[in-house]
Amino acid sequence: MRPARQLATGAGVALGVSFFAYLQGVRVLGVADDQAKLRFLAAMSLALCAVGIANTMLMSVVERYREIGTLKCLGATDTFIAKVFLIESLVVGLASSLLGSLLGACVAAVFGWQSSVPVLPFVQDSVLIPLLVGSGLTLIASIAPALAAARTQANDALRVEV
Amino acid sequence: MATSEREPIVRTRNLVKKYQMGSTTVTALAGVTLDVYRGEYVSIMGPSGSGKSTLFNMIGGLDNPTSGSVYINQVDIAQLTPHELAYMRCHTIGYIFQTFNLITVRTALENVTLPMLFAGVPADEADDRAARLLDLVGLENRYHHRPTELSGGQQQRVAIARALANEPAILLADEPTGNLDLKTGQEIIHLLRGLNQERGVTVISATHDLKMVDVSDRIVHVRDGTVSRVDLRSEVEVQLGELGGDESS
Repeated sequence: MRPARQLATGAGVALGVSFFAYLQGVRVLGVADDQAKLRFLAAMSLALCAVGIANTMLMSVVERYREIGTLKCLGATDTFIAKVFLIESLVVGLASSLLGSLLGACVAAVFGWQSSVPVLPFVQDSVLIPLLVGSGLTLIASIAPALAAARTQANDALRVEV
Repeated sequence: MATSEREPIVRTRNLVKKYQMGSTTVTALAGVTLDVYRGEYVSIMGPSGSGKSTLFNMIGGLDNPTSGSVYINQVDIAQLTPHELAYMRCHTIGYIFQTFNLITVRTALENVTLPMLFAGVPADEADDRAARLLDLVGLENRYHHRPTELSGGQQQRVAIARALANEPAILLADEPTGNLDLKTGQEIIHLLRGLNQERGVTVISATHDLKMVDVSDRIVHVRDGTVSRVDLRSEVEVQLGELGGDESS
């Protein structure tokens, strides 16, 4: 259940970032016509992505109430619990953003590669920036769920129902 | 001499807990004063809705009373900061749950080392200690099994080993036999009793399992939010010694 949910979160990030990376690539390659419109669309898709991450993470916190409660009973501090969720989302965010930016950059390259385009700026704008934006976004979106997790009461560990 | 043996490790003073349910106020605890002494095995018994679980949660610092206080090792736990409370849960209290509450993606050994991680025990030492604890509860050959690969009784044994990880003074067991069959439940109870006698760890158990009666030093009966009766069992000769030797038989 948990890996499936993380996969879903990761897929969402990957798709959003691939969209962004594609647009970045297209811009560098000089194919696109209506830049402002495309940027707006990209921003929208990333924002939707962030909301999706926050939502999924919150559900994951609810699902793990008892586990978090147990960890608190064993002596985990609030900071520790928050860290666990932030690190987890950072790992998922980094991995899926890398996947997404590579995917988007490849698609852009396939459609518009010219030998005159310098490779380095293309990689920077189409792979590195989307990677950073994707990871950062995932991290920011998981702040609220991580705080919710840290605020979980230790006596949730005693809930009999799942 | 007698006073040092009777050192209270847990004290509750006039504990009151009221819940707001819609427009009505439900009194779960109506003033409970109870002392639990170091090295004792105490069972808290009562039907569901008696306030037993509420009392248990208060003793474990899992819930805040409406009024009254809980002292653990002479410290009023209401005065502790969240960080100090976490420290107390880590070092002073070992929790055992009805539903075992093992971390399912971790092996038996990793589950037992978890509290040591919170206590800052170096990994090598934690592994050694966890292995010894798993041996102690009779799981020599199950170090690397995950909870799903273990029976209910074995899972509860892992949970007991985990509860002992940081050598707590108190073991709090909430219906430890509630999810186990009769025979396995009995084995778990005797394991707890053995740990209590050999290691001197204080055991406080919330239960409605009558098998607990055999091993408990004292049985605290809770009814309608108050302690209705306290039974002393035959094992309490040591305690009765201070009241006068003629009591023991």
